[in-house]
Amino acid sequence: MNAKWMIGMVASVSLAVLAMPVQAAKADAALDAKTAEIVKRDFRDKGIAKADRVIQDELQAKCSQYLDKLPPKLKLKLETEQAESLKFPADGNMMGDWKAGEKLAQDGSGMTWSDKADKPAGGNCYNCHRLSTKEISYGTIGPSLMNYGKIRGNGEDIQRHVYGHIYNAKAYNACANMPRFGYRGVLTEANIKDLVALLLDPESPVNK
Amino acid sequence: MGNPMKIRASVKDGVTEVKVLMQHEMATGLGKDAEGALIPAWFITEVKAQHQGRTVMEAQWGQSISKNPYVVFRFKGGAAGEKVTVTWIDNKGDSRIDEAVISA
Amino acid sequence: MRTSNVSKAILVLALAASHMALAAETEVSDSDRIAQYREMISDGNPADFDEMAGETLWKTPGGPNKASLETCDLGKGAGVVKGVYTALPRYFKDTGKVQDLESRLLTCMTTIQGIPEEAITAKPFNSDKKKSDISSLATYVVGQSKGMKMKVSVRHPKEKEAYEIGKRIFNYRAGPYDFACSTCHATSNVRIRLQDLPNFNVKKDAQSAYSSWPAYRVSQGQTRSFQWRLNDCFRQQRFPEPKFVSEATIDLAMFLAVSANGVEYAGPGLKR
Repeated sequence: MNAKWMIGMVASVSLAVLAMPVQAAKADAALDAKTAEIVKRDFRDKGIAKADRVIQDELQAKCSQYLDKLPPKLKLKLETEQAESLKFPADGNMMGDWKAGEKLAQDGSGMTWSDKADKPAGGNCYNCHRLSTKEISYGTIGPSLMNYGKIRGNGEDIQRHVYGHIYNAKAYNACANMPRFGYRGVLTEANIKDLVALLLDPESPVNK
Repeated sequence: MGNPMKIRASVKDGVTEVKVLMQHEMATGLGKDAEGALIPAWFITEVKAQHQGRTVMEAQWGQSISKNPYVVFRFKGGAAGEKVTVTWIDNKGDSRIDEAVISA
Repeated sequence: MRTSNVSKAILVLALAASHMALAAETEVSDSDRIAQYREMISDGNPADFDEMAGETLWKTPGGPNKASLETCDLGKGAGVVKGVYTALPRYFKDTGKVQDLESRLLTCMTTIQGIPEEAITAKPFNSDKKKSDISSLATYVVGQSKGMKMKVSVRHPKEKEAYEIGKRIFNYRAGPYDFACSTCHATSNVRIRLQDLPNFNVKKDAQSAYSSWPAYRVSQGQTRSFQWRLNDCFRQQRFPEPKFVSEATIDLAMFLAVSANGVEYAGPGLKR
């Protein structure tokens, strides 16, 4: 065992160690690709849920890959792209009827394969959020929205913020858990206006 | 003959506790199937438990008892090794008898 | 009137004690009460009947080949049922793939009994109209692992790969709502409406969730298998339907099972 041999050994071990993250990344990418293949093959049409739903768009693929913790540049890029999809009401009126909004918030149906195509989707809101001060059956996946308008007021800025958030939450936070209700056509413009009213109208149970 | 019941009976300090799990649809007659048609009422109307020829529990049930009923009751007396018999009759005239041995 | 100091002290203590008792009483959470309810009815689990039916199906000759399933190898040798669920999913040499319990039962029902695959996979879950044989068989088999420690292996390269892919499926965001399993099951102490959600990245949560399935669902009046649980999760995620015992479902089951390793299996369970 001489110096040359030692140097050779150290060099090859170092190279091997340096190559490991590259190898790991390659293996990761291969598994990611295989997963997408398997998912595409193993899911099928049922009711209104068509098989092509499993094809990810860039945002879904990146959030999956990074387990929702995106590198800052990528996060900004995706949020900017999502913001381009934001569509606000043409007449500038963003507040609808809070009574209709509460009904919508309580309705967790829609878009599953057991839902009928002609029945409009609900907002699913109470599944994840606290809203009305009187409703105790609320989820905690999302932040509490109780007293939202009472705390933040209901000026045009806030209306725009709420409307935009319901339309496409990913414009504000790329990997948010919240669905893109407006952008994906789950809720209509009228629906979203009613939900804005639910959050901001002083008469709404959310603010009483 | 209806579906078998699962009966467990045990005695402690002179009181026998009996736990009965029954298999029965207990349809109220108000429910609807996937096509929207009413599902006919089908439920247990009478339950009787006996120990050494003596009726220790009797029940008249209706539509509000839920599917696969689970009932627990106690009676004074009974000893390990003795039998408890449970019978049910439903509104279609079907019935079921099962027995269990009281454990210590 | 003068009250003695001693009786005053006793009065204060009594008031304090009753106040504490009241406070303790109001400390019981909704989760606690649901747990209490579950304990009270745990003795009368209608899944017991599915187990009984499954045992009969295992031992009775059936199918075009008029054969019983008693030569079926679920991972611990032909006919061995005791403890097999603690080691599933796993790699099987004869099929060359990783299989979960329902997939393996399908293999045996088709190869040993000669039942056409379509006849089983067309309606693999219990319904009010008809009970599923493969579901009853699965309930019987898991019951034979009750009280035993879960020990799912990832030693075989195909098992390791199944785990890796399952983990990716768990985090796979897709569909109109962008939901993945992780959307609901990767955060601690959150709930959907009033239903507490297990965080599968936390061992304790994963263990208590995984070890309680399959289970009798009181609200549905049926025993629900593990493939059913995955199927219904995907429905609520707004995904299309996963094919019964497909590789996607088995890989996902592998990931979930491994995350629960070490837990004492408690099924078949009972849920609201």
